[in-house]
Amino acid sequence: VSLLAFIRPDSWNFPLLVHVGGAMILVGGVLTAASALVVARGDVRVIRLGYRALLAVALPGYLLMRAGAEWIADKEGLNEQGAPEPDWVGIGYIVADLGALLLLIALVLGAIGSSRVRKGSGGEGLLKATMVISIVLLVAYTVAIWAMGSKPS
Amino acid sequence: VSLDDWITALHLLSAFALVGAMVVLWFGYLALRAEGEASAALGRLFKVGSVAVGIGLAGTLVFGVWLSISVDGYDPWDGWVIAALVLWAIAGGTGDRAGKLSQQPRGVQQALVLHTVSSLAIVLILIDMIWKPGA
Repeated sequence: VSLLAFIRPDSWNFPLLVHVGGAMILVGGVLTAASALVVARGDVRVIRLGYRALLAVALPGYLLMRAGAEWIADKEGLNEQGAPEPDWVGIGYIVADLGALLLLIALVLGAIGSSRVRKGSGGEGLLKATMVISIVLLVAYTVAIWAMGSKPS
Repeated sequence: VSLDDWITALHLLSAFALVGAMVVLWFGYLALRAEGEASAALGRLFKVGSVAVGIGLAGTLVFGVWLSISVDGYDPWDGWVIAALVLWAIAGGTGDRAGKLSQQPRGVQQALVLHTVSSLAIVLILIDMIWKPGA
C-alpha cells in the first residue's frame, strides 16, 4: 500500500479505504468467530457470540471489501478487456470468490448449529464445521493480505 | 519479491491482526457488559484478543518504522508518519487502560468508552496511511 502511494492518484484513495477497511472488518469478524467457537468449549453464549460475529461483522465486511475491490480495479483499469491481470490481483479474486462460498456455508451451518445448541438438540458438529471453515478462511485471507502487500509479479 | 515488499506485507498483516483483535475485544466487552461478569470462555476470548493486539501493535510499529526508513521518499519525521505514531500511542494507551478497567467491578462501561477511543485512533491511522497527507 505504501509503495503504491507514490503512483496512486488521490481519486483512488476512497475506493482503497472502502476495500481495505472492508477487508479488515471481514477478517475481524472471522477472527472473532473462529476464536469464540474455539474457546467456547460448550458455553452457549460464547458460541452464539461467535456466530453473530460471522453474520453481523464478517458478512458486511465482505460486501464492503468486494465492492471496494471492483471500484479500485475499475479505477486502475484492471477490468478493461485485454488488461493484464497481475498475480496478486488473481490471488485476491480467487480468495475473495472461493471465500464467499465458504463464508456462506459457514453462515448456514452456524445458524442451524447455534439454533440446535440453544434448543439442546445437538448441533455441536455443525458448529465445529463452522469453526474449521472460519480457520480455513483466516489462512486464505492471510495469503491474500500477503499478496496484496508484497504484490508478487 | 524484495525485502521491502516482505516488510510491507508483514506491516499489513500486523494491521489486520490489530483490527481483528479490536473486533474480538468489542465482542468481549459487549458480552461482559451484558453478563456482568466474565465466564471462563469469555476470559479465554479476552486472552486471544489481548495476544492479537500485542502482535498487531508491535508489528505495525516495527515494520512501519522500518518502511519509513527504508523506502525512498519517506522519512520517520514526515508529518503523516509522526501523526500515525501519535495515534498508535493513543490507541495502545487507551486500549491498555480499557483492559485494566474491564477487570474492575463496574469498570466495563469506562472500558467501552476507552475502547471506542482506541478504535477511532486506529481508523484515523488507516485514513492517514492511505491519504499520507504531505507525502
